Amino acid sequence: MSAARVGVVTFPGTLDDQDAARAVRLAGAEAVPLWHADHDLKGVDAVFLPGGFSYGDYLRCGAISRFSPLMTELIPAAQAGLPVLGTCNGFQILCEAHLLPGALTRNEGLHYICRDQRIRVESTRTAWTADFADGQEIVLPIKHGEGRYVADAATLAALEGEGRVVFRYAGGNPNGSLNDIAGITNEAGNIVGLMPHPEHAVEDLTGAPSVDGRHFFTSILKRLVNA
Amino acid sequence: MTLDSVTRAQETPDERQPYVELGMKDDEYQRVRDILGRRPTSSELAIYSVMWSEHCSYKSSKVHLRQFGTKAPESEALLVGMGENAGVVDIGDGWAATFKIESHNHPSYVEPHQGAATGVGGIVRDIMSMGARPVAVMDALRFGGADQPDTRRVLPGVVEGISHYGNCLGLPNIGGEVVFDPCYIGNPLVNALCVGLLRKDQIKLATAPGPGNKVVLFGARTGADGIGGASVLASATFEDESQAKRPAVQVGDPFMEKLLIECCLELYQADVVVGIQDLGAAGVSCATTELAAKGTGGMEVNLNLVPLRDPTLRPEEILMSESQERMMAVVTPDDIPAFMAICDKWDVPATVIGEVTDTGRLVMTWDGEVIVDIPPGTAADEGPVYERPFHEPAGQAALNADGPERLPRPEDLRETLLTLLGSPNVGSKEWVTSQYDRYVRGNTVLAQPADAGMLRISEVMPGAQETTRGIALATDGNGRYAKLDPYTGAQLALAEAYRNVAVTGAKPLAVTNCLNFGSPEDPEVMWQFSEAVRGLADACRTLGVPVTGGNVSFYNQTGSTAINPTPVVGVLGVIDDVAQRVRSGFTAPGLRVLLLGETREEFGGSEWAHVVHGHLGGLPPQADLEAERGLAAVLTEAAARGLLEGSHDLSDGGLAVALAESCLAQGVGCTVTLPGEDAFAELFSESAARALVCVRPEAFDAFADLCARHEVPCSGLGLTGGSALTVEGVLDVPVEELREVHTSALPRVFG
Repeated sequence: MSAARVGVVTFPGTLDDQDAARAVRLAGAEAVPLWHADHDLKGVDAVFLPGGFSYGDYLRCGAISRFSPLMTELIPAAQAGLPVLGTCNGFQILCEAHLLPGALTRNEGLHYICRDQRIRVESTRTAWTADFADGQEIVLPIKHGEGRYVADAATLAALEGEGRVVFRYAGGNPNGSLNDIAGITNEAGNIVGLMPHPEHAVEDLTGAPSVDGRHFFTSILKRLVNA
Repeated sequence: MTLDSVTRAQETPDERQPYVELGMKDDEYQRVRDILGRRPTSSELAIYSVMWSEHCSYKSSKVHLRQFGTKAPESEALLVGMGENAGVVDIGDGWAATFKIESHNHPSYVEPHQGAATGVGGIVRDIMSMGARPVAVMDALRFGGADQPDTRRVLPGVVEGISHYGNCLGLPNIGGEVVFDPCYIGNPLVNALCVGLLRKDQIKLATAPGPGNKVVLFGARTGADGIGGASVLASATFEDESQAKRPAVQVGDPFMEKLLIECCLELYQADVVVGIQDLGAAGVSCATTELAAKGTGGMEVNLNLVPLRDPTLRPEEILMSESQERMMAVVTPDDIPAFMAICDKWDVPATVIGEVTDTGRLVMTWDGEVIVDIPPGTAADEGPVYERPFHEPAGQAALNADGPERLPRPEDLRETLLTLLGSPNVGSKEWVTSQYDRYVRGNTVLAQPADAGMLRISEVMPGAQETTRGIALATDGNGRYAKLDPYTGAQLALAEAYRNVAVTGAKPLAVTNCLNFGSPEDPEVMWQFSEAVRGLADACRTLGVPVTGGNVSFYNQTGSTAINPTPVVGVLGVIDDVAQRVRSGFTAPGLRVLLLGETREEFGGSEWAHVVHGHLGGLPPQADLEAERGLAAVLTEAAARGLLEGSHDLSDGGLAVALAESCLAQGVGCTVTLPGEDAFAELFSESAARALVCVRPEAFDAFADLCARHEVPCSGLGLTGGSALTVEGVLDVPVEELREVHTSALPRVFG
């Protein structure tokens, strides 16, 4: 059986694509580079939208990327069930693309913040979190200036009611996110967006002092093999 | 407006020119006339005035800086030395590292955010222009007193500027320093360091060989950034119209810089670059004269082709503009289509603006008329050189005589420790460093608050050899020590950075420096400078680490009051197996705590004298370089043999602060006994060449043998474990209390 193929998207200003590709490879999958200007998903089995400052975050984080040729291919594919993970700027792009509800706004403290953050896993019923245990506490790095999750009351109620809050900050909310939300999923559970960075927590030697990020990738690989 | 062409210059030899306003002396202006055999055009005057400025020509420092070459130690590692955009060092397995530190002090005072941001941008382009992928940055920062109101304007702006620019670029920030002292209140120091990696066989140089090759300007368009000087020139030469609007501080666009990085790497990969130079200070003037001077010797440029952000710019302004995110490359005509295609892919504007010639002249045209016709080497390399007078400052002897011996010693050493630990200089810098991305690119092995930053080398460049190696970097500098004795102070700066690299297990290889001083026209400042350079050059020779490049920043003074002389030294080291890196502090309970090196009673310029007594006098600690060398040898060999579980350098605040920081690293306490009788001196003296390590009990004998072999004193202090820092019979502080005091130091001031 050939290895699962996970696309890693690079926009102008994407920064964590190398890390994302490494995390995919370490999990045993093939990392397929996807270029923002191509109308081509190269037949991948899943897509990782990594962090960065695509288009310099000009206008609004993710607002320009959302209209790129690649996204015009990705949006319908994701709606049809292709597993997609967006971290940080990738999460912002997913929200701008309306694949996930709500928006990410300026941190409450107004500062960019980089730290190792405790996070509680609230849902294991997504394509990217099945290998966690419900309620498990993990540590992942966060590093963002605009990570405060906001949504209207009805949306929040729906997210909470349908169990679509996937991650919540634990041990202190770093950015003022409503309901301490760190990550969410769509109704189908194939699209997950979160501000923390699993790709920076997959090796002992480098990155955060945890390897909790590995479970994202083992989760998706099991799912792809079983699909 | 009249165009001041070469023809016109010949016709109007006596026209008065604003060279004084541009900072040129009478004899310098006369020299330009002698070189050209006529008066310069206004564009030529623009070029010479910026190229012969202190900043670009090093005219006051050159005669001293030569010692870095003449006293340089033998080093097989040095691939490219001083004089290029940055030095390059062989780090083994076919890999090379290039690194450099540079100041952006004055702009950061005027406009902290943009000043600091463009400081990062500038040093990153220096590294790119060597053919390398920039892989990390770090910053050595100095601010006025933490409680002084202007510090609350400058520091948050500087940190935000570095944070915004560096984070957007995707470069991990892996270390540096933040130091407060009232002497920097009107003159903050922002020294930015960047390190890059490249294949040893792919070094690029700033050179323009091959007549017929094309000169390509690429990156951002040219605007009116940083051309205060040129507007003086324009207003005196032409009609006085709206010259006051020019911004003096450059504005950065990190997004464009990120595109430039990826674009350049792809250009290098495609092998379509003959020579390359970044545009920094003096912009197009500097890039064209330096490229031409180091190449075949000639170049023709049509300035009308320079893409402009502001279409009203005059040629003099284009020549002096310091717009950011621009590069200049020399490309063969055959490679131009491939070059342009790569720039297009990355949305980087690129324009052919000229051609290499073999005429030995740099010729520029505007609207078809020749406005510049000079031998480029006269601007780039043959600037004025000054032997500025210097003498020991009038108060130096009195300063040295006013030693710390007269200061009352503390009764309560616990309280002294907590006072130091909570002071702005010793307290946690997390308020600053948490605004920097230290993880991006996934190769960060150690970052602040570790003694040195460390990166593994992997996946950085296609086609490169697999390697287990890593690089380590540290910067240090203590202005108080240098004020008391600039010779020793500079040596101590090197010694500390060298030691900080060694405690991570890496072997120190090479040096970069940023020399921050007051006005070179003040003989007392010039004495500090000459002493510091002499001390640093001597120390580099003794430690066997060559200076690969650096930067001098003069005129850091307000009125006649200069900053403390502040040589900041960066050391790069290499570790053969990055997995053998030694983490900072106490990493587990049950380890033996050992103090390496000799402790003397040395409080001159110490953190204790500064924080508790506001005193600066006497002499700094001795710089015992042979001892530093032995200590580093022990640390690197012990790391390679897996004997060390943790380590930490002793510096500001001495053993007491080192113990506290070691406990804080992983939340592991310790119980130790001081070997001598004088607890205060043992805990707070700042003797150099010392480190704290922890080893497994079963590794102790082997480690002690190693110390003996290198004649490094090794004292067993006690054991790690528990939840408190306990110095038997002296003090006992819970780690949580240490943490509370340490972490609240900066938030207490900056919110």
